[in-house]
Amino acid sequence: MLTAIGGMTTLLAWCVYKIVSTPGATEHLHSPLDIDPGDTEG
Amino acid sequence: MSTSSTGERWGTRIGVILAVTGSAVGLGNFLRFPGQAAQNGGGLFMIPYLVAFLIVGIPLAWSEWALGRYGGTRGHNSAPGIFRGVLQTPNGSYVGMLGTVMPVLIYTYYVIIEALCLFYAWHYLTGTLAGFGDSVSAIGEFFASSLGLEEHGAMFASGQAQFLGFVVFCFFINFFLIYRGLSRGIERFCAVAMPLLVISAFIVLIRVLTLNPMPDTPDQNLMAGLGFMWNPAQDERSIFETLANPDVWLAATGQIFFSLSLGFGLILTYSSYLRKDDDVALSSLTSVSGNGFCEVVLGGMIALPAAYIFLGPVFLSDPSNIGTFSLGFITLPNVFNQMPAGNFFGFLFFFLLFLAAITSSLSMLQPSIALLEEGLGITRKPSVAILGFITFTGTFFIAYFSAGLQALDTMDFWMANFFIFIFATVQTLIFGWVIGPKRGYEALTQGAEIGVPRWIMFVIRYISPTFLIGIFALWCQRSLPGRWQQIITPPEGEPPVVLMVLGFIVLVLLFFSFVIAGANQRWQQQAAKGVST
Repeated sequence: MLTAIGGMTTLLAWCVYKIVSTPGATEHLHSPLDIDPGDTEG
Repeated sequence: MSTSSTGERWGTRIGVILAVTGSAVGLGNFLRFPGQAAQNGGGLFMIPYLVAFLIVGIPLAWSEWALGRYGGTRGHNSAPGIFRGVLQTPNGSYVGMLGTVMPVLIYTYYVIIEALCLFYAWHYLTGTLAGFGDSVSAIGEFFASSLGLEEHGAMFASGQAQFLGFVVFCFFINFFLIYRGLSRGIERFCAVAMPLLVISAFIVLIRVLTLNPMPDTPDQNLMAGLGFMWNPAQDERSIFETLANPDVWLAATGQIFFSLSLGFGLILTYSSYLRKDDDVALSSLTSVSGNGFCEVVLGGMIALPAAYIFLGPVFLSDPSNIGTFSLGFITLPNVFNQMPAGNFFGFLFFFLLFLAAITSSLSMLQPSIALLEEGLGITRKPSVAILGFITFTGTFFIAYFSAGLQALDTMDFWMANFFIFIFATVQTLIFGWVIGPKRGYEALTQGAEIGVPRWIMFVIRYISPTFLIGIFALWCQRSLPGRWQQIITPPEGEPPVVLMVLGFIVLVLLFFSFVIAGANQRWQQQAAKGVST
C-alpha cells in the first residue's frame, strides 16, 4: 500500500514540480481536451 | 494557452496542472480499479499493476503521444492517416482503422454508464435513493429496473422510461459540446469540471477516512477496511500462486489500458494537433501519474474501505458484489445510505463520476470526426451529424437489448479487451520498429520539458511488445473459447444478441473502411499536387 501510494504521489509531485519550476512550461503542456483541432466552425 | 515568462500566473499553472492530471481520470479509477484489486489478490494486485504501469503504461503513453504528433506534423490527424504516413503505403491506413472504430463503439455503451451516474446523482438530490435505506435488494431492484435488466426493451417500457431520458440527455449533451468545437465547448467545460472533480473526490475521501465503525460491529473499522483493499488476499492461495495466475496479470494490464485511455486512438488523434515545439513527454507523464494517483489514492481508498465498514467482509467476499456495476450502483449506494449526510455524499460521488465519465466520452468522438473530415473532405458539422447517426444507432441497440446487460458486455469485451490489446501492440511495434529508436526518440523529446532516458526506446522496442504479446496470447487461450461458444450457440427462443452485436461491429468496420478508401484517394490526389501525406 505504501509503495503504491507513495510511488504514485511522488511521481505526480515530481511532475507538478517540473511544471511549476520550468519557466514557460505551461505554454507547451497539453491535455487531450484542451487541444484545439483547428476545424471548429463559427 | 497562457501568458508567458516569469510573469506566468499561478492560476494558469494550477489550471494547466489540473487539466493535464485530470485528463485521463474516468470511471475506471473509482469503480473498476477497486473491484479489480479486490477480486485479484487485494494488495498483491498492486505488484502486477505497478509492473504493467512501468513497462506498458508509461512507455505506451509516451509512444502514443509521440506517434500522434509525428503523424500530425506530416499532415495527418486521424489514426488511418497517421499509419498510412508512417508505414508509407495506402494499406497502412487500414491498420489504423481500429483507432477510429474503437472509440466510436465504446462510446455507444459508455454514454449509458455515464447517464446512470447522472441518474443516481439526481436521485440522491431528490431523496429517492436515500429512501431505500440499507436494503440491498431495494437498491438492486432500482438498478435492475433502471437499466431494464429483466427483459429486452424494458428500458423503453412506460413507467421505466425515466432513465432513458437521462441517456438521451447525456447522448445529446456530448454531441452539443463536440458540435460547438473543442476549443470553445470542451475547454470551458473542463476548466470547471476538472477542479470540481478533484475537490469532490477529496471531500468524499476525507469523509471515508473519518468514518467511525457501527456500534454493533466495532471490528469493521477503517483500518480493517483499508486492510481488505490493500493487504495481500488472505485465502488459501499463496502469494506465489496468486502472482503465477495469468488472470491477475491480464486484469492488471487491462486496467492500465482502460484507465489511461491508451491503445484505442484517442491520444493518437489529439496529439496529432500539437505543434513541433509542444511538449509531449511531460504532458503524458503528468497525465499518467495524475491518473495513477486518482486511481490508487482516491479510487483505492474510497469505495471498498467504506463498503467494508458498513457492509462487512462477508458481503464483500462475494465477487458479484464487487464487480464494477454492482460495486458502484448497488453496494456503494447502500454504504451512502448508512453514512451520516449520506444523501449529500451520494450525490457528490455520483456527480463526480458523471463529470469523470463525460470528459472521457467527449474525447471518444474526436478520432472519427478527424477521419470523416480527412476522408470525405467535409467540415466538422456534417462529420458530427454522420457520427451522431452511427452512435445513436449503437446506443439504441445496446439500450434496447438490455436483458442481463448482454449487448453491453459483448461490446465491451470485443472493444475494451480484445481489440484494445491488438491496437496497442501494433502501435508500440510501429513506433519502436518502423519509426525506429533514433527518429522515435527525437519525436518524443522534441519540445520536451523534461529529459527522457534513451533506454526507454529499448523498453518500447523489446520489453513492452513482448509483455503485451505474451499477455494477449494467454488471454486468447483462456477467454476466446468461451466467447466462441457464445457466438456459435445462441440461446434458444431469445434474440441472438451476441451475433447482432458482432454484426453491428462488422457494419461499422465496413463503413469506416469505405471512408478510408475515399480518404486514400484524397491523400493520393494531395500527394500528386505536392501536399504532404
